Amino acid sequence: MGVPILKQGYYLIATIQTALTDTDLQGLRDGLIAQIGRYRARGVIIDITALDVMDSFAVRTVQDIAQMGRLRGAETVIVGVQPEVALSMVELGLTLAGVNTALDLEEGLIFLDERTKRASKGGEARAP
Amino acid sequence: MRAYRSPAPGPPARPRLAPARISRRSVEPDAVPSARTSKAVLLREIVAHLRQGRTQLRDEWVRRIIEARLLTAMSQDEIFMEATSVYDNYLDALETGTLEAVQAYAGQLSERIVPRGVETREVVGIVLLLRDVLARSLFAKYRADFQLLNRILDAYEPAANRIATTVAVGFVQERERVIREQQEAIRELSTPVLPVRERLLILPIIGLIDAQRARQLTEQLLRAIRSNRAKVVVIDITGVPAMDANVANHLVRTVDASRLQGAMVIVTGLSPEIAQTLVTIGVDLSKMNTVGDLQGGIEEAERLLGYQVVPVPEARR
Repeated sequence: MGVPILKQGYYLIATIQTALTDTDLQGLRDGLIAQIGRYRARGVIIDITALDVMDSFAVRTVQDIAQMGRLRGAETVIVGVQPEVALSMVELGLTLAGVNTALDLEEGLIFLDERTKRASKGGEARAP
Repeated sequence: MRAYRSPAPGPPARPRLAPARISRRSVEPDAVPSARTSKAVLLREIVAHLRQGRTQLRDEWVRRIIEARLLTAMSQDEIFMEATSVYDNYLDALETGTLEAVQAYAGQLSERIVPRGVETREVVGIVLLLRDVLARSLFAKYRADFQLLNRILDAYEPAANRIATTVAVGFVQERERVIREQQEAIRELSTPVLPVRERLLILPIIGLIDAQRARQLTEQLLRAIRSNRAKVVVIDITGVPAMDANVANHLVRTVDASRLQGAMVIVTGLSPEIAQTLVTIGVDLSKMNTVGDLQGGIEEAERLLGYQVVPVPEARR
C-alpha cells in the first residue's frame, strides 16, 4: 500500500504507517518529488514513528528524497526515529548524513518554520 | 543431614556416636583383616580419632591460623568460633563422604566473611592448615604401623582435598557473586542523564567505558532525549581516564544516534591525553562538536537553544 501525502500549508507531510516494500518507497519518492512542484512546497516531513526498522534501501531512498527535494526548493526533515531504530541504524552505519532530523512532527514543523523564515529573510532571523 | 551448625559459644563436649566402640577397633587394628579394611571403615576410624582430639586439635589449628597471620580482619574470639564450626562440619563431611552440607556451609560462611574483606588466599590457607593439623595428628597416631598409616592417608587425603576444594570454590563463587552485584550497581549508578534546562540534557560519564556500558549509555540517552524532548545534549567525559579507538567509535555512534532523534550533541572535557591519543590513532571526530570544558559546553548549548544568562544587578551584594 502507498503512503498518503498530506499538504499542510507550505509543507508536505508523509506518515509511514507500516513497513514498506521497495516499490512503495520508490512510489513515495516519486509522489513527493512531483507534489513539491505542484503545491510549491517549501518543506517535506517524513514521519517514521511507526517504523521499527529502517533498512539500507529505505535510508538510501530518504537521502534521495532529501537531495531531490532540495534541488526543487524544499527542505526535508525526518521525524520520529525511535531509540531502538536509531541504535540499530548507527550499528549498521546508516546515519542519514545530510538529512535533517527532528524528534517528532511538532519539532519538524518548528524546524521547517525556522528554516524557511531564515531563507525568506535572507539570514536575518535570530534566536529569541 | 545437618546443613549448617552455627558457631557454638564455647567448646562444649559433643556427645558423639559411641567413641568407645570405634576406638576399641582402632586400638586393635590387627583385629580387622587388612585386605577387607575398606576406606569407609578407615574414614570412620579417622573421624572417631579426630573427634576424640577435637578440643586439642582445634586449638592447635586456631593457634597456627593466628601464627600465620591469616584472617586478620577478624578478632581471635571470632576466629575461634568459626574454627569450631568449620572443624565440626569438616569432620561431618569426612564421615558422611557427601559434600552438600559442607558446600552449603561454605556458602554461608563466605557470605559472612566476604564483606569483612577476607581474601581467597586466607580461606585456602586456613583450610589447608586444618588439613595439615589433622594429617599430623594421624601421623603421630599411626606412625608405628607404616602400612596402616599409608592406608589411612589413602582414605583421608582424597576426602580432605575434596573438602578443601569445595570450600575454596564456594568462597570464590560467593565473591564473584558479590562482585557481579556491585558491577550491576555501579553500572546503574554511573550513567545518570540530567536535565539542566528545558530541552538541554547533561550526561556526565565517569570511569572506563566498555562496549556493554557504551551501549547501555546510548540507550539511556536516547530514551531520555525522547522523554525530555531534548534538543541539545552535553556529554562530559572529564571523568573518563582513557579512550581507545573502540570507545571513540562508540561515542561517534552515540552522537549519530542522537542526531537521528533530532538532538545535537556537544562533547566536553577531553583531557590532553585523550586528545593526543585520538589524534595519534587517527579517529575522525570532525563530525563531533567539542568544547573544552563542561561550562563552555553548557554556554554553547544555551546559545544554540537561545538562552541568555544575564547577571541581575540587585542580586550582587
